[in-house]
Formats: sequence, structure tokens, C-alpha cells
Amino acid sequence: MELELHGITKRFGALVANDHINLTVKPGEIHALLGENGAGKSTLMNVLYGLYRADEGEILLDGVAQHFTGPGDAMAAGIGMVHQHFMLIPVFTVAENVMLGHENTSFGGRLDLSAARAKVREISKRFGFDIDPDALVEDLPVGVQQRVEIIKSLSRDAKVLVFDEPTAVLTPQETDELMAIMRQLKEAGTSIVFITHKLREVREVADRITVIRLGKVVGEASPKSSNTELASLMVGRSVELTVKKQPAKPGKAALVVTDLRVIDPTGQVLVNSISFEVKAGEVLAIAGVQGNGQTELTEALLGLQPRVTGSIALDGRELTGKSIRSILDAGVGFVPEDRTEDGVVAEFTVAENLMLDRSDGAPFVRYGSLRLNDLADFAREKVTEFDIRTQSIETHAGRLSGGNQQKVVLARELSRDLRLFVAAQPTRGLDVGSIEFVHTRIIETRDSGIPVVVVSTELDEVTALADRIAVMYRGNIVGIVPGDTPRETLGLMMAGESLAGSGDAA
Amino acid sequence: MSDTTAPAASTPPTDGRDRWGQIARDIVGGSVGISILAVVLALAFGAILIATTDEEVQATSAYFFSRPTDMLRAIWEAVFGAYSALFQGSIYNFRADEFARGIRPLTETLTFATPLIVAGLGVGLGFRVGMFNIGGRGQMLAAAAAAGYVGFAVPLPPVIHVIVAVIAGIAAGALWGGIVGLLKARTGAHEVIVTIMLNFVALYLISFLLRTPGALQAPGSSNPKTAPMLDTAVFPELFGPSYNLHAGFLLVIAATVFVWWLLNRSSMGFKFRAVGENPHAARVAGINVNRVYILAMVLSGALVGLAGVSQVLGTETNGFSAGIDAGIGFDAITVALLGRSRPWGIFVAGILFGAFKAGGFAMQAAEGIPIDIVLVVQSLIVLFIAAPPLVRAIFRLPLPGSKPKPRAVAVIEEAK
Repeated sequence: MELELHGITKRFGALVANDHINLTVKPGEIHALLGENGAGKSTLMNVLYGLYRADEGEILLDGVAQHFTGPGDAMAAGIGMVHQHFMLIPVFTVAENVMLGHENTSFGGRLDLSAARAKVREISKRFGFDIDPDALVEDLPVGVQQRVEIIKSLSRDAKVLVFDEPTAVLTPQETDELMAIMRQLKEAGTSIVFITHKLREVREVADRITVIRLGKVVGEASPKSSNTELASLMVGRSVELTVKKQPAKPGKAALVVTDLRVIDPTGQVLVNSISFEVKAGEVLAIAGVQGNGQTELTEALLGLQPRVTGSIALDGRELTGKSIRSILDAGVGFVPEDRTEDGVVAEFTVAENLMLDRSDGAPFVRYGSLRLNDLADFAREKVTEFDIRTQSIETHAGRLSGGNQQKVVLARELSRDLRLFVAAQPTRGLDVGSIEFVHTRIIETRDSGIPVVVVSTELDEVTALADRIAVMYRGNIVGIVPGDTPRETLGLMMAGESLAGSGDAA
Repeated sequence: MSDTTAPAASTPPTDGRDRWGQIARDIVGGSVGISILAVVLALAFGAILIATTDEEVQATSAYFFSRPTDMLRAIWEAVFGAYSALFQGSIYNFRADEFARGIRPLTETLTFATPLIVAGLGVGLGFRVGMFNIGGRGQMLAAAAAAGYVGFAVPLPPVIHVIVAVIAGIAAGALWGGIVGLLKARTGAHEVIVTIMLNFVALYLISFLLRTPGALQAPGSSNPKTAPMLDTAVFPELFGPSYNLHAGFLLVIAATVFVWWLLNRSSMGFKFRAVGENPHAARVAGINVNRVYILAMVLSGALVGLAGVSQVLGTETNGFSAGIDAGIGFDAITVALLGRSRPWGIFVAGILFGAFKAGGFAMQAAEGIPIDIVLVVQSLIVLFIAAPPLVRAIFRLPLPGSKPKPRAVAVIEEAK
């Protein structure tokens, strides 16, 4: 079946998530949709799957315009979706999950489970899966659960299968197996839309590649394109960011990280024995495609990760194993990646947010009581200094724009006595003006002799700020290079290729 | 926007705790207007119930189309009579010949309100930290048992006796609440389940102790009831023996001021509110979220415990049985909801519910209207507060604040 998306536009308030996107998927083709997080890939697929209604544009299947009002319509038309977060019921068996939503019943409303079992067996056999229809889904490994999702879609005669970031939850071996399954599906005539931001996978299986950036199709590429070409398309170079800065005057090493490992609750290694150091008065930028361990690294620096081994030493003092409170007290300033979730309390006033991480002792607390007048003076001063656009210091932070919320976070963190400043995705979702302001403040912090760690998935930001760049890939540091390293080299490193060009670092 | 930010399995799936937290935030975020309208609506529905169950109204409805005025008058008399009895039974009795007698209903209202307010403060404090303390009953019973035991079995000099009894009760309530906080902080156990279960533990433990001679049972008696409190342990009456209002009410005023200070002016309350509004940001800001959960439940239990203390040392001083909590632990949830978890809001809401209790009896006595009507009205208030969109729809109110953006995002998250 040929799938055609024509001028799809989807807006959320002022944000245009999809801006006149055209996409054609030919029968029996694996079409990769490549783009950064927030580029609008998932939104587009949710439009296709009937979860969102497009504001403009149309969906054509074999040349016939479709009007989906919900996933049911899309499924009936032959579109199946394998979601990033599986839509399975853990306590149901495989067969029960597969029949869920279109149950066949025999006399008296009895479920026809044997038909569902037969179907599971039949599809499993066709693709060489080894799946017991009576196994409980919760007992299955993640990779097998994904196959159940695939079986579910195929059992509904899906002609177009959408895989939304399917490899995000898989181990490398499972990923390779999925690639094989996708090729098999393709040979069986199924069209596949493969959403991802991982270059290696795209080059491995895709027949055609469409790159989306900021809600727009920025280009098509062939799988023979080099990683560099793909990376530059994906990251884009439309916005040239420049920060006026003098060369750094690095002092002695202030933050020394040795053999740092971060393990998540399921035992996956997210940060794999990395070592680096940051000197006083320099910016170390950590670049990499989202999800390669940068988030966990910053969280480990602040003591937010529960399972950390190795050593993080700041000015000779060990920070691993310390509470978040004592790490903050040791002089670590932190701008979290997810501002609304971790940075501000939306229902608190601007003033209250400004004292959020100083809720004990001086200067805002004395004898267990808040010193509201001092806080108000401080807040008014910071609102002026950081140009926070707010009606008053009593305005709830949730009412502010993203840029102004970020300024609140910056003002709070930078007004403590810092010995280390860690900023994760400091300008994500901000307008150009706010970006410039944030960058300027980060450089000022550096120039006052504080070691700065900036984590960013935006190459522009990395090159604008960094004195040195560490590139992370799959929990490892691929290499640490000077700040003026060409983008092409960085792009290659972000795809996991080490400097020597010796291929895949994984 | 809809691309999830961290594919590397770093975002745990949203668990139930977040959803409950959102409900708590909605409750805390309600407006005064909604509370008042909920009361008005509930009274209106109560009026309909009173009218339809009134015999006179039923009789006149038979010939409504020939003489509608009869039925309308009957409705008016039934509703007006009921609500005027409610008022006279709870605020001021106009039929009394002198002011001192006329004002007695108001003191009754305050007496009923005393435990409701302080238990409401405890539950409301929990709400502000994002926790649902459904364990008011257990905390009250634990506190009543401790205070009561000191009150009847441990002779002490005057003044000191009542102080020791109060402290014992508050400590028992704090312990009963603290267990919940500890379990939540250490094991992630959900406080709703734990508090409900601890209600049963407390109830049957107290029942057992009330049947055990030498424990809570009155000596020489076979009833599951304690001995009367010693005079030295009883709260003094505020306006002499002809009024029931006791010094517990002063404690409640003090507790309200304390909770107001705690939440709005103290460092601890700042942390409480931060955790209640956004535990993630609180954690990143170095606040020990688990310690806050424990402390908040200790304080919540202590406040609810004070309600139990006020029952045994102020209201039921002739000894108590396992029914001493009188449903106050649950009514406190309603009071906290109606007061939007703000200390002074709870104070006012507690007095309103005290008035319902005091006036309900008068209504039943004077007009023969079952007290269940009052319970229906109370329940409707909760219903309307829990469903602000319903109240807004009935009164055609706009959405609170003008922040369509976060709402749109929430819808998108759901649609995923």
C-alpha cells in the first residue's frame, strides 16, 4: 500500500509541531524519519495514526483520502503502530493482548482464545519468532514484548507499520534482531515507517530517509549518505549562534571525574566508566545525540542517580555518595534539563522559586522562619539583574514563558557561591533572545573562574560555548576534542566513530 | 513536544503517585468561590430533598394544577422552616428570652467544630504535601486512648495533668501518622492504603483494650468503656457549666495559627509546599523529600490526634468507647477540602460543619426533618468541591486563571 502525507500541519497553540510536511512511503519500503527530539516526528505519526487531527493537509492511502477520527479508523485502513512505550497489558497473555480490541466471541460471549492462539502461532512461524501465545506479557523480555506488538499489528492486516523509536528500549543485540525483522516484513510487502534519531540504524535498514527539523522536512537522503551528511541535515545549521567571548584562561583541574559508572534500576549501564576533568575557568561541553548517557551523567554529578560508582571530586573533595543537599552546599550550581519538571515549582511565586534550593539557613531562613522581606529584596534585585519579564515577584513561575522560567533558574543557581556550574540543555525550547542571554551568563560564569559543564544536543550551542568538547555515545566518551573542532568531525563522533575513524565505537 | 525526551529508558513510567499528586494539587488549587458555591448548591439540593419528602408538599401536589399556590406555600414552609431551624439550632435562637440563652446554639456549634477544625488542619496539611491522610479515625483513636488513659488512670496535680494528657494524646496521634510517613518514605507504600489499614488496626486494638481490665476498661465494669476522666485532666469550660464549649477550642485556635505560620512563614512549611507542588523540583533543589513525607505525616497525625484529645478531655469526659472518633476523622477530609487546605479556610469550614451538626439536631427536633438531610448536604458539598468543572458549568464560570497552555500540553500527554 502506498502511503502519502500531503501538507500536514499540526499546531499546538503558538507552536507549529508539523509545518506542511509531505511524505510518501512506497509499498514494501523502509522509510526512515530522522530528526532530533522535538523535531515533530512523533506528532506526525500520531496524526497518521488518528490520535491527533491535522489542522491542514491530508492522508492518502493508495491515492484515496482518509479521514481518521481515531486509531480504530487508522487500524481498519491498514496502518499499524509499534509505540515506543508498548501498549500491552502486562497481566494478559500474548494471545489475549493480540485479540484485545477486536475480540472474536463464540456462543454466549465466550472469547475465542484458540483462534487468537492460532493467529499468534501462524504469524510467529512466518517470521521465525519463538513466542508462546500463553505466556504472560510481563514475563517476557522487552525485545519479545516488542514482537508481540508487531504481531498485534500484523494480526490486524497492517499494510503500513510505523515504528516509533523502536530501538530506544532495546539492547544492541535486540536492535540487530529488530533490523532483521524489519527486512523480513519489507520482503513480505509491508511498508515501514521507521522513526529514529540514530544514524547507524537508519543507514543499516532504510531505503529512503526523510529528515525533519523543527517541524519541517529539511531534506531527503539516501542510505548511502555519510553520517556527516545525515548529522548536518538533522542538526541543521540555519541558526548561527555566536557568543562574544575571550579565550579561556583555564586554571588547575577543579572537577575530576574518574571511572564514573551509572547503572539504572534494571541493571542497564547508562554511563560506562568515563573519566574527564574540567579546569577552573573553562567550559567543557558534553555533546551527543540525546539518550547517550548525558542526562544520567549530569544527574550523577548532582547526586540524583542512585547507583553510581567511581569518583567525582570537586576541588579535591569527593562528591559521590553525598546527599543532594551537601553537593549543593559544596558549591555545585545546576540547571536541570527538564525545566518545568525539575527546575521550577510552577505554583510557587518567582520569589519562592528563587529560594528553592536555599530553604535552610541564611540568607532566607532564620530560626526556622522565612525572612520574607529579605527574599523580596533579593527577588526584586534578581528580576532586574537577569531581566526576568514578570508582572511581579509574586507571579507564579508557571505563568512565565520558558525563557523567563530559565532565567529564574539561572538567577537562583548563579547567585550562590559556586565552585562548579552544570547546565543541562540550558537553552532547550527558548527563543533566540533568551538563548543569547543564557549563553552570555554562562561565559561570564566561566570568566569568573568557575569550571562549567554544559550538556547539549545542539551542535550550535556546543561550538558556541565550549573550550573543550567531550562527545558521548552509548554511555562512553568517544573523545575529548578542542572547542574549535569542525562540525563534521563532531557529527561523526556523535554517531559513535572515534577520531581515528575506526568505525563503530559500540 | 511529543517526542519523548529520554529514550534510554531513563524516564520511569508515570506511576499512581503522580496522579494522586495532581489530584492533591487540584484540591489545593481550588478557589474560595468554588467552596462557597459548592455550599450554596448543596443547600439548594437539600431544599429540594426537604420539599419532596415533606408530607404537606406531597399532599398539596395532588391538586397542584387546580391550586398551585397551596403546594408552593407548602414547599416554602417546609424549606424555610427547616433552614430556619438549622440556623436557630446553630447560631442564635430567636425564641430565647435572653441573650445568654439565645447565643447557646453558637457555642454548641463551636464545640462541635473544635475537633473538626483541628482534624481538618491535619488532613489539610497532608494535602499540601501531596498526601491523602484517610487515617484520621485511627490517629484520633490512638490519641484518645493515650490521652484518655493518662486522664483517668494517672493521677497528677491539676494543670500538669491536663498538659501531660494532651501531650500524650498528640504524641500517640503523631506516632500513628508517623508510621504512615515512614512506610511511604522507606518502601513507597501508598499512604491511602496504609492509613485505611491503620484505621482498622487502631479500631480493633482499642476495642481489645477496652475489654481488657487493667488497660482501658473501667474497673469493676464489663462494658467496653473507660472510666470517667479525673477532674484534673478535663478541659475547663470556657463560659461556665451551662455551656459545653471547653478550652479545647482555644487550643484549636492556637493550632490554626501554628499551621498558618508553619505553612506560610516557616522553612519547614516551604519545603512541605515545594514537595506537594513538585516533588521532582524539590528533590533537585536539595530538599529531602522522604524526610518531608515523614515529618508531614507526624504533624498531620499530631493535629488529628488533638481532635481525639479534645473529644475525650472536652466533650465525652464521662469515659469513652471505641466510637469516640464519631466519624470526625472522615468529616475532617470534607472540612479540609471545603477549606481548600488553607488553615483559616479550614477554620471557617470546620465551624460551618459544626453548625450543620448542632443545627441538624435542632432541625430534626423542631421540624421532624431527618438529620440524614444534613448528611446529604455535607456529602453534596464534597461532591461539588471534587468536581469544580461541574460547579463551573452550573454557574457558567470561566476556567481558573488564564493558562490554557499547560492544559493543552496535558491533553496532548493524555492523547499519547
